[in-house]
Amino acid sequence: MSFFKRMTRSKKKSAQSAKERLQLVLTHDRTDMTPAQLDALKDELIEVISRHIDIDPDAVNIDIAREGREQRLIADIPLKANARRRGR
Amino acid sequence: MSEIITITSGKGGVGKTTAIASLGIALASRGQKVVCVDGDIGLRNLDVIMGLENRIVYDIVDVVEGRCRLRQAMIRDKRLPGLFLIPAAQTRDKMAVSPSDMMRLGDELRHEVDWVLIDSPAGIERGFKNAIAPADRVLVLTNPEISAVRDADRVIGILEAEEKGTPSLILNRVNPGMVKRQEMLSPDDVLDLLAIDLIGVVPEDQSVLIAANRGAPIALDKESRAGQAFHNIAARLMGEDIPFMDLEEKGGLWSRISKFAGRN
Ligand SMILES: Nc1ncnc2c1ncn2[C@@H]1O[C@H](COP(=O)(O)OP(=O)(O)O)[C@@H](O)[C@H]1O
Ligand SMILES: [Mg+2]
Repeated sequence: MSFFKRMTRSKKKSAQSAKERLQLVLTHDRTDMTPAQLDALKDELIEVISRHIDIDPDAVNIDIAREGREQRLIADIPLKANARRRGR
Repeated sequence: MSEIITITSGKGGVGKTTAIASLGIALASRGQKVVCVDGDIGLRNLDVIMGLENRIVYDIVDVVEGRCRLRQAMIRDKRLPGLFLIPAAQTRDKMAVSPSDMMRLGDELRHEVDWVLIDSPAGIERGFKNAIAPADRVLVLTNPEISAVRDADRVIGILEAEEKGTPSLILNRVNPGMVKRQEMLSPDDVLDLLAIDLIGVVPEDQSVLIAANRGAPIALDKESRAGQAFHNIAARLMGEDIPFMDLEEKGGLWSRISKFAGRN
């Protein structure tokens, strides 16, 4: 771990840690989905979409967002520049 | 047009019984007729917190099983006109009462009083189900503490799934100094995480334990900060628009949380 990272981590207030940890835990409690299951979902989505259109798997961002007590699955999937022309 | 209110939390030891006793006192001191019902069968506690333990003859199971009339089980609190307690049974377990028994009891109590306040046991099993069954409104009580907030979220989810409506939040045992030093979740943080309406913030206050020692609910001590907080919650239950307490110096944390009150 870099010196800078160590510095900022030790300075983080415990209330902030509690809040960040709770945000994750509550998301998983509410959706009944573990981070591993979310990763599996992401891999499968990438595979399906890649069959139709060119995407960069590393640029795909799939996450669960909180909106009040609602949870939503947000997928941000940038297309490769020439994907449209090359379409299969 | 009486109202049945249940306080629940998931986690134990967060202050439900303290809150029920003090809201009973606060509503009764506003001229309301109130009965506090101890729903924690087998772990009776509301009686000692209210200081009425020596006056118990009948309990909630006696009522449900027809061994006494409803009014015989309603212990009158002599400190205030119109305040009563129905104690839990100590030697029975939660299965002695069903959610439909509680609905029937609640409907009978509506004829007797303006407010029925039900103290729920910890957990999400039978005792909790019994306590929420007759409720018109549920208040979830929690502490600014990681496990208590997580359990509160779980309970809120169950209440929504059971179509009990979205509950309101009482945040108890807030230590303003620790919040200021960012060593405790702030009311803002907890509201952001749980995303429900706030009905009260109660500070950490040593007088709560002293009040419990004496069997004189903290709301009887209007000088205490916690007591004031419970009086404010009672006023909000009655529909008054009471600003959230300013526990800190001007302009700090407590004025910021008042913006959440506007969401009600
Ligand atoms: N605002 C407060 N400040 C200080 N102590 C509190 C406060 N609220 C509750 N307590 C203490 O917390 C403990 C648990 O309270 P209790 O009402 O019995 O919780 P529960 O009914 O949720 O199990 C008691 O010792 C009580 O005195
Ligand atoms: Mg209790």
